[in-house]
Amino acid sequence: MWAIYRKEIIAFLSSITGYLVISVFLVLLGLFMWVFPDTSVLHYNYATLAQLFDLSPFIFLFLIPAITMRTFSEEFQAGTIELLSTKPLTDFKIVMGKYLAVVSLVIFALLPTLLYFYSIYDLGSPRGNIDTGAVWGSYFGLVLLGATFSAIGVFASSLSSNQIVAFLLAVVLSFLLYLSFQYLSKLPVFYASIDDSIQSMGMEYHYASLSKGLIDSRDLIYFFSLIGFFLFCTQIKLSSRRW
Amino acid sequence: MSIQVHELTKIYGEQKALDNVSFSIPEGEVVGFLGPNGAGKSTCMKILTAFIPPNAGRAEVAGHDVENESLELRQKVGYLPEHNPLYLDMYVKEFLHFIARIHQLDRPQLRVREMIGITGLDREENKKIGSLSKGYRQRVGLAQAMIHDPEVLILDEPTAGLDPNQLSEIRKLISDFGKNKTVLFSSHIMQEVQAICDRVIIINKGKIVADENIDLLSRNRDDTEVVRLKLKEAVSRKQLESIPEVKNLTVNGESYELVFDSNSGGVEKVFQWVNENRFTVLHLERKESSLEDIFQLLTKES
Repeated sequence: MWAIYRKEIIAFLSSITGYLVISVFLVLLGLFMWVFPDTSVLHYNYATLAQLFDLSPFIFLFLIPAITMRTFSEEFQAGTIELLSTKPLTDFKIVMGKYLAVVSLVIFALLPTLLYFYSIYDLGSPRGNIDTGAVWGSYFGLVLLGATFSAIGVFASSLSSNQIVAFLLAVVLSFLLYLSFQYLSKLPVFYASIDDSIQSMGMEYHYASLSKGLIDSRDLIYFFSLIGFFLFCTQIKLSSRRW
Repeated sequence: MSIQVHELTKIYGEQKALDNVSFSIPEGEVVGFLGPNGAGKSTCMKILTAFIPPNAGRAEVAGHDVENESLELRQKVGYLPEHNPLYLDMYVKEFLHFIARIHQLDRPQLRVREMIGITGLDREENKKIGSLSKGYRQRVGLAQAMIHDPEVLILDEPTAGLDPNQLSEIRKLISDFGKNKTVLFSSHIMQEVQAICDRVIIINKGKIVADENIDLLSRNRDDTEVVRLKLKEAVSRKQLESIPEVKNLTVNGESYELVFDSNSGGVEKVFQWVNENRFTVLHLERKESSLEDIFQLLTKES
């Protein structure tokens, strides 16, 4: 598994994709957080990282599928899946190796934003006047969100040998699971009856809950089940050639 | 037995890719797997390397069942898939290290060095696989298949699309490896099989049509013996017909082709006749029926 992991990481870092994804993420985020006056913290007068945590999911929504789209599609396209599958590796290890590599890259992209946290922490008046608990909770939620998008993306990539198809599928699936339940719950039929249950089926609800700085086991179970479910589906898809 | 295949059947949709195929290969034998495109060679190899399962029948490679013990099997088998899929943006050395790590070899560095030496990739080890010529890519493919010193090597068309020089180099690699290991390789070129190995299994439309020693193959299926003769002196047709037991003869300018029943010793008879008449022989040979003819005979549409 670690052989695959290593290979995937090297593939990201020796090609333009890895750097491009990380730079795009940081540039967009930096612009919104520090430059554009409408959203800039500097004009907001509160020492908060809310912008970072509100925007990142939307950037992830497009960037993570861009990272994951090649994971399996490329192997199918080039036929190298036959090479991997006839080595002494279980399908599970192939999936996990690739998945963990993607998650590592996502975490890697998030690391520089700790600098934003330090800046705000330092700029606060008095110094350190920031809700640290909420920040760490939000980071935790963001990593889980990224990890879930990654699992969805890896699964989408295993469905097609065409990378564009894999990308679009991943974006749509991620969007549906992230936000659609939030919007669906606004339908008049659900209003004041089960709208809360419907909201809790979407990722946004659990992400928001973690952002408050409260790490609730229900949110963890939700994210880990989604990740487990999509990785399991990926493995099933890979093994389906045996049917 | 290194490879044992028992009544293997594989069905794709409506089409039977393999139909009740059985054969076995003892340890240390090099066997050619021959057949026209689409005959089921690749399917059979994919089953033997545990990539896909059969619909019916059993197969065992290096003592492990393809369905129940596939991980153990994959540890002992080296496989070069058809079209030799490789990661084109990896460097040769990097790629071999990757494969060595998958196999969890004790000293990957050393083994990679060794394989680079054996396959003659020394000058290409720091190049990207994508920038290599087809012949060198094939060497990389062979190197990855042999890196864990497998008991059985399964090669799907290892020489497809190579130029004559590359061809003989790859053939040499395969024969060297086959000296003490079991090798099953597929091809659709008869001469190639003849150059590398003794035994051939010919498959057509999912069925085995021949499984025997390659020399016997041509002898058993030939009921005539053709002798080519060229003389310094001019002889008439009538004179040639006086050779005993000649069934047919064709004259091509200065050279003659004489047809005998097989096993009637045609060459000896011609030689005697030449001696008796004191002609000067410029050329005398028994024409081997071409392997291509036999291949076509065995695999033609029926």
